[in-house]
Amino acid sequence: MTNNVLDCLEQTAARLPDKTAFSDGSVSLTFLELKKASDSIGTALIQKGYKKEPVLIYMEKSPQQIAAFFGVIRSGCFYVPIDDEMPASRIDLIIKNCHPRVMICDESTREKAKKLSFSGETIGYGDATETTADAELLKEVHDKTIDTDPIYIVFTSGSTGVPKGVIANHRSVMDYIGQLSEVLGFGEDTVFGNQSPLYFDACLKEVYPTIRFGATTYLIPKELFSQPKNLVEYLNEKKINTICWVVSALTMISAFKTFDIVRPEYLRTIAFGSEVFPIKQYRLWRQALPDASFTNLYGPTEATGMSCYFKCDREIEEGEAIPIGRPFENTEVLLIKEDGSEAGPGEEGEIYLRGTCVTMGYYNDAERTAGAFVQNPLQSAYPETVYRTGDMARYNDHGELVFLSRRDHQIKHMGHRIELGEIEADVSSVEEIKICACTYDRDRDKIVLHFVGDIDKKALIEKLKELLPRYMLPGKVINLDEMPFTANGKIDRKKLEEMR
Amino acid sequence: MNVREELMEILEELHPEVDFESEDALVSGKVLDSFDIVNLVTELDDAFDIEITAADLLPENFDTVDGMVELIMNRMEDI
Repeated sequence: MTNNVLDCLEQTAARLPDKTAFSDGSVSLTFLELKKASDSIGTALIQKGYKKEPVLIYMEKSPQQIAAFFGVIRSGCFYVPIDDEMPASRIDLIIKNCHPRVMICDESTREKAKKLSFSGETIGYGDATETTADAELLKEVHDKTIDTDPIYIVFTSGSTGVPKGVIANHRSVMDYIGQLSEVLGFGEDTVFGNQSPLYFDACLKEVYPTIRFGATTYLIPKELFSQPKNLVEYLNEKKINTICWVVSALTMISAFKTFDIVRPEYLRTIAFGSEVFPIKQYRLWRQALPDASFTNLYGPTEATGMSCYFKCDREIEEGEAIPIGRPFENTEVLLIKEDGSEAGPGEEGEIYLRGTCVTMGYYNDAERTAGAFVQNPLQSAYPETVYRTGDMARYNDHGELVFLSRRDHQIKHMGHRIELGEIEADVSSVEEIKICACTYDRDRDKIVLHFVGDIDKKALIEKLKELLPRYMLPGKVINLDEMPFTANGKIDRKKLEEMR
Repeated sequence: MNVREELMEILEELHPEVDFESEDALVSGKVLDSFDIVNLVTELDDAFDIEITAADLLPENFDTVDGMVELIMNRMEDI
């Protein structure tokens, strides 16, 4: 089978055994070490009787965490990565959704894992990698694997307060990587500087091309993303030439005039997405790196990472948002108007995506899967599932797709996709809260929480820290005497925005 | 309102649950993360009409309230 991610790892490990695959500065794994670690972990899981089921990976961000991903895939199971800084209550929701029987943890999470509502088996990463690989057993599982078998579940924000687990298979990941490489041009000489956490799909852009093309990925220490000068020096020291970052990370470098002190000497491929790139900051980057390629990427987790791209090879006008361009070759964008018909040039419509990029749906959640993974609205002659994104867009005069807004209250904040409804659901669970609503202050990049209730802001934030991941915590909290309502009895969000 | 008071007001708005005066490792101890620093610097630039640049964004300038006050005062002198 050619679309199996493990075949890539196998071939690259044979071709470049001693080359560094992943490094975080303190630990590096070569391709051979990565393969050996994944063979051992895979064997351990198979011998313990786990097959075709979710395996939690609760580890600190590290090359070993990536080895655990491949170990799980090796066993024929699929990995569920957990953020090691995520509050226990949120991890418990994930556990409740996917009922894992087994979890892999490391020294940094072993104690924290005991506090979770998890009753299955916990395997230490160190113990698993000491297992002697059983080639016969691994081959048996490999031979039974087909490219539509799942490899991971990644959880995204859900508006009801319960995260949704998007499940993806070998084929959609391999297709995605192939398409992405067509656009960005990956190869053996590619040196990635990874910014995104490993528990969400943004990291696919580095993890899988690394094993497919024999590239190298440096997992950049998180703290450098608040020290722009040191960050650029790190890029130079590691000779990083390719980055796929959220816009806020790029903006941090340019906004603080880092280029006046130091420039990234080796960067030649810069991809960004998830947020609007402020034109002023984009131009500073272009001036600093006139020979580099800049690509805007767009796509939801439900369509395996990214689905559309725009190569920034024309002048972007003042006040113009950088387009999301056009879909990858394995994807078609259907732009559907409210009446169900296709939007014409210049007309606004909702993006539906069709193609192998469309993932398998939400794990253990038939209802929400049915709401978003729907029959192609443009034909009813045969069954064909497309993904309804909730993103509104239109084609500009250049024939490029431009993102306009969301259909609901979903936002993108610091590169993370967040349903404001999920924050509201968690805030409402605090006893003292009578009513609450969240708005998003785009200018200041802040989630604003408006609430009515007898609790001081300090105590409220303390409670929310136990419920929400760091990136979902409100940046501003406003205590109201009463909530404004519209004539229809809905919370008046416009009025709330005026109050900020 | 002096620089320290104004700074404390900004910090308390940012993280009402943190006792800033008693902390001596706000960045090194991961009380403030990269999101916070970027938000904080934007607020400081606006409030004090200063320009904090990449060379200033080092843990030692943000680990303590004293460090931040000194940084702000230095940048105010530059103008």
